[in-house]
Amino acid sequence: MAAVSYVEATRTYPGTDSPAVDTLSLDIADGELLVLVGPSGSGKSTALRMLAGLEPLDAGTVHIGDRDVTSVRPRDRDIAMVFQNYALYPQLSVAENMGFALKQHGVPKLERTARVRETARILDLEPFLDRKPKQLSGGQRQRVAMGRAIVRQPAVYLMDEPLSNLDAKLRVQTRTEVVELQARLGVTTVYVTHDQVEAMTMGHRVAVLKDGVLQQCDVPSTLYHQPINIFVAGFIGSPAMNLVGMREDGPPRIGEAELTLDAAAGGALANGGGPGTVGFRPEALLIGDGPLPARIRTVEDLGSEMFVHVAIEHGGADLPLIAKVKPPFEGSPGDRVGLQIEGTTHLFGADGERIASGPAALRSPGALSHS
Amino acid sequence: MNRDELSAVGERRWVNAALGVLAWVTALVFFFPVLWMVLNSFKTEANANATPNLDIDLNLDRYREVTESAGGLLSFGEAFMNSVVVVLASTVIVLALAIPAAYALAVKPVVKWRDVLFFFISTKFLPVVASILPIWILARELDLLNTQAVLIVLYTAINLPLAVWMLRSFFAEIPRELIEAAEIDGARLRGQLTSVILPIAAPGIAATALLCVIFAWNEFFYAVQLNPVEGSTVPVWVTTNISTRGEFLAKLSAASVLACIPVVLAGWIAQKRMIRGLAMGAIK
Repeated sequence: MAAVSYVEATRTYPGTDSPAVDTLSLDIADGELLVLVGPSGSGKSTALRMLAGLEPLDAGTVHIGDRDVTSVRPRDRDIAMVFQNYALYPQLSVAENMGFALKQHGVPKLERTARVRETARILDLEPFLDRKPKQLSGGQRQRVAMGRAIVRQPAVYLMDEPLSNLDAKLRVQTRTEVVELQARLGVTTVYVTHDQVEAMTMGHRVAVLKDGVLQQCDVPSTLYHQPINIFVAGFIGSPAMNLVGMREDGPPRIGEAELTLDAAAGGALANGGGPGTVGFRPEALLIGDGPLPARIRTVEDLGSEMFVHVAIEHGGADLPLIAKVKPPFEGSPGDRVGLQIEGTTHLFGADGERIASGPAALRSPGALSHS
Repeated sequence: MNRDELSAVGERRWVNAALGVLAWVTALVFFFPVLWMVLNSFKTEANANATPNLDIDLNLDRYREVTESAGGLLSFGEAFMNSVVVVLASTVIVLALAIPAAYALAVKPVVKWRDVLFFFISTKFLPVVASILPIWILARELDLLNTQAVLIVLYTAINLPLAVWMLRSFFAEIPRELIEAAEIDGARLRGQLTSVILPIAAPGIAATALLCVIFAWNEFFYAVQLNPVEGSTVPVWVTTNISTRGEFLAKLSAASVLACIPVVLAGWIAQKRMIRGLAMGAIK
């Protein structure tokens, strides 16, 4: 077990101009489950591979424990990795797959067998020990891949989208199992996913990457409630945050409705300079007889909650927004409704950085301010 | 189904049947010379040279003749042993060199691996006949004329580019993650090769080896030029059955059949593996 740190780690693939991972600095605590998340091409897998030693660094260093492993071979880093496609050795049985690393490290046969059995017991793989990978289902293969990592008792687990080849139901179930297992074993884990729901539900902390640059690394609730910029705001949360561009002049407006901000936020916006963006979560958008006229496009009923897609007219064009409402909801597509905002609204500057967050509301154009 | 669709199905059936017949006819046309050779090998010289007739007396006498007498300087047994040694030794050396080369070109590509690959195949650009004089002089200077060694070296050189190309494409098919997993699991290069790469690429390696065997077994030009006296191979022996006096067609046929048998046998045995190997790229 060990802490992990990236110190200004950079990797540029040969033949490309911009780095896949750009001066990444990140400290991961001993026993932490840190999730690297981002869209494809964000550099999350490259960052993981740099830690694994599968990708060399062009600049910076990587540390495991108090050891600088930047130029250490993968096999000497004391890590175990779970691959997206599991990478099970097709010609070896489940037991041989799980015992492979131990064998390579010269662990005696008796101890090897015992450790493989114990791990197989934890993962319910005992009946399959003699089977070949191709005789297993997807979920079983995934568990063998996990088992192959666990049996080694390494300092760090690296997981590269290990659940993305499972069907939705099994994925959610396995997600919980991985979290429980990680908590039980207490081994530092770096987990890569493109799925923000997986990231939010699994990570002690979540590091959001975009174009190779770390945007924000924090606990899930902070990412959700205090996103550092528009990218994080839009990436974290499902459905995504509503983002509305502001006009350059005059008070902030959404459509024709004026947005009233609390004093701190208003002041920050005034000082921020230039046009910015206003963001609010779907649950902060109320549908009823508010001051912002809108048309319902579709209604998605998930049973416990409903997503109402609406369109408003903003800046001379249709702008889609999403509201999350509690059932029952009576509206249907085509209905005219009025929107109101209730709850936290985020203000982003022209550069996309968040300037302020605070309560806000909409009011009809020309109506008198109550504040 | 309406009338049009029915007639379309009928038409398709006709086309398929016609194509089938065409395929069979083509195959038989190509197979006929082989059949003719095999039949001739069982006939007497007189019969083999006569207009085809049904009065044929099939026997193994020609086989006895070609294997027992050393018509030239080379006996069948000698040529056969030379071929076996030269073919096996060159194939083993080719694989021993090509497997690491393919690893370096596919699994952990060296810089400019494309240029390297092109260089390998460029050695095949030169017509064989254009290379014979320098090779012959070199062999003479090194005292290698009429030895098995010179053919082993040449057949290794001939087959190596092909083997590297084939093995590279087979190795490239191995999922990268498997090799990376082995690397993380602590396998050194040898462990990666023996535990992961070779077992997975085994069909491809078998296919490559078979092609090397076939090419080396059938090679004639270098063998006849460099080893006219000693150390020559079965294809050269076959030609020693061509005689300037008397009829030799049946004997030549028998010798040719003998020369073909090992390759056909090897191909037949390896067929399943080889097809799997050649098709490896197509299936995941």
